[in-house]
Amino acid sequence: MAKELWEGNAAIAEAAIRAGLEAFFGYPITPQTEILEHLSHRLPELGRVFLQAESEIASINMVYGAACAGARVMTSSSSPGISLMQEGFSYIACSEVPAVIINVMRGGPGLGNVAPSQGDYFQAVKMAGHGDFHPIVLAPGNIQEAIDLTVLAFDLADKYRTLAMIAADGSLGQMMEPAEMPPLRPVRPPEERAAWALTGAKGRKPNIITSLYLVEEELEKVNLRLQAKLREIAANEVRWKEYSTEDADLLMVAFGTVGRVCQTVVREARAKGLKAGLLRPITLWPFPSARIAELAGRVRGILVVEMNAGQMLEDVRLAVEGRRPVHFYGRMGGIIPLPDEILPQLEELDAATRS
Amino acid sequence: MAAKGMVIIDENRCKGCGLCVSVCPVHILKLADGRFNIRGYRPVEVIDPEACTGCAMCATICPDVVFTVYRRKMRREPSTAEPVNAKSHTIRW
Amino acid sequence: MAVEMIADMELVFKYPESLTPRVTHYCPGCTHGVIHRLIAEVIDELGVRERTIGVAPVGCAVLAYDYFNMDFCEAAHGRAPAMATGIKRVSPDKVVFTYQGDGDLAAIGTSEIIHTANRGELITTIFVNNAIYGMTGGQMAPTTLPGQVTTSSPRGRDVETAGWPMKMAELIGMLSGAAYVTRQAVLDVPGIRRTKKAIKLAFQVQLAGLGFSMVEILSTCSTNWGVSPLEALDWAKQNMLPYYPLGDTKVVDEVRALMAKP
Repeated sequence: MAKELWEGNAAIAEAAIRAGLEAFFGYPITPQTEILEHLSHRLPELGRVFLQAESEIASINMVYGAACAGARVMTSSSSPGISLMQEGFSYIACSEVPAVIINVMRGGPGLGNVAPSQGDYFQAVKMAGHGDFHPIVLAPGNIQEAIDLTVLAFDLADKYRTLAMIAADGSLGQMMEPAEMPPLRPVRPPEERAAWALTGAKGRKPNIITSLYLVEEELEKVNLRLQAKLREIAANEVRWKEYSTEDADLLMVAFGTVGRVCQTVVREARAKGLKAGLLRPITLWPFPSARIAELAGRVRGILVVEMNAGQMLEDVRLAVEGRRPVHFYGRMGGIIPLPDEILPQLEELDAATRS
Repeated sequence: MAAKGMVIIDENRCKGCGLCVSVCPVHILKLADGRFNIRGYRPVEVIDPEACTGCAMCATICPDVVFTVYRRKMRREPSTAEPVNAKSHTIRW
Repeated sequence: MAVEMIADMELVFKYPESLTPRVTHYCPGCTHGVIHRLIAEVIDELGVRERTIGVAPVGCAVLAYDYFNMDFCEAAHGRAPAMATGIKRVSPDKVVFTYQGDGDLAAIGTSEIIHTANRGELITTIFVNNAIYGMTGGQMAPTTLPGQVTTSSPRGRDVETAGWPMKMAELIGMLSGAAYVTRQAVLDVPGIRRTKKAIKLAFQVQLAGLGFSMVEILSTCSTNWGVSPLEALDWAKQNMLPYYPLGDTKVVDEVRALMAKP
């Protein structure tokens, strides 16, 4: 298929359709409402389910229900709405049903604003809800990646019977660029829904989907199973991209939109004679810790750049284990750091680590 | 005269709440004295099986599906028996 | 002798297929058990057990899925109608019902039940109102009566500060998407029989695709009311019935036609 000009939010929505999305439940919130709008006409015209819910809380519980019924389902929201959904994430994770969540992050905390942000890294990666679990978190850096990762999110959610979240930011949702859509996959027919799904106990024992285990040992067993699954995901699904890291002695780590900005910084730094490289995590959970640890052994210092107060920074520091200086530069309030601001940070790191 | 009805009590389901005792129109149910089921409750007992009418009121109000109820089949030919009094639930058979 | 007797007797009351054999965790005399059985009987009579999906609440009935012999899931507190909506929308050929208590439906889940009813979702809600939070140990519910003493209204519900008991059947009945809404009581045998009829009609409304249906059922909580199971029936009759009148609060014409059928 040829490249077309896509707006980020519409691209994510259309990619979900191409991936076989059967049902969408959502609530409007800037800067992701175009996802809901795109699906509001596309899904009904394809004979699939679109429902604008009364709240994000209702949305995620509709998603939970549809996922229990074995349908390919997603919702989308932005930061405050994602906060409202967190209880549902926890139930979905414990029940081990697949669901895809799109978070087009905006400035916070509180009502914040509608400008692009990465302020929900902790929320997505560390504490998507109560109890011990992690969603798979995918962070696209451009619209093509947003499309590809949306499709991947459905496949990973299905494969591991878990939550997969796209953590994009407002600028990615709102900007336009050329990208190629995958072909339209057929929707899985209802009779082919998974054996564990709630499809009516015809000729079999009833299927029960619950996240309640009153006996301590039983709940621990469930947790051990969930942890084993998370380890399997961590072993198989870590994804990242590297730019000019082969000979780099200064490493930048940045994801999403600011990861893209840092690609420019690498070029500008190289033009100035600094051997800069960039690692851009694609999966925020599982995090490319091993690769960062490996690169840390080869560079003089590391600069983490984020659109928050330093959240992924903690995971980079955990990976580096104090072996190299880790500097941080971040902007908050919905501001995207520019190359002109980041380059001096890199030069400072260069000076501080040159001895 | 054979009983008109019969209840079978699944005694170990009983929690001894006594709701059935309160609704039985022929007053033939009571909670056991000095005897307990496996759950530690005094289970319901039938004290006069001959009097059971098979009305199923006990089963209707029972929260624990303790009762199974049978009722004597109606004869197809005209009965020579006395017509049932409208207030038959207060009459002992 | 028993076998001999069964020969010319007919079975008039049997254990429903739609219930598992498990003995419930409910307190002695708790009318949840009666309501479970009525739903199971209705599902048996309609022959839809193999295509029914239930949604359990948070509250005393949280383990309902252990007792119903059919596909079931357990919702977050108050969200059963949203979950049921998700299930029904992707499985329109299934029969979907929620089973909810007063805290679940009339407090934390008020938004979900109102919007689910208003959308006319083709699901059935069984709403058990016993004027108290049972599972957590007897706190004030949205349906607790004025002056009623609970562990969180120790001087009795003060409507000046706690507001008035929610009349959900009336409230839901006002919504255009609701096809059949009724309030019944399982406080005596005739009431139980009427409640069963109402539950059956509510499921028939769903099967006929007429809209949302809800049966509010006045129920007891002898443990947390601090009375015997038998006294609880009387307490509910004396205190709940005057505030929560029985009867239908919504019957659309199509449902009326359904009622008229033999």
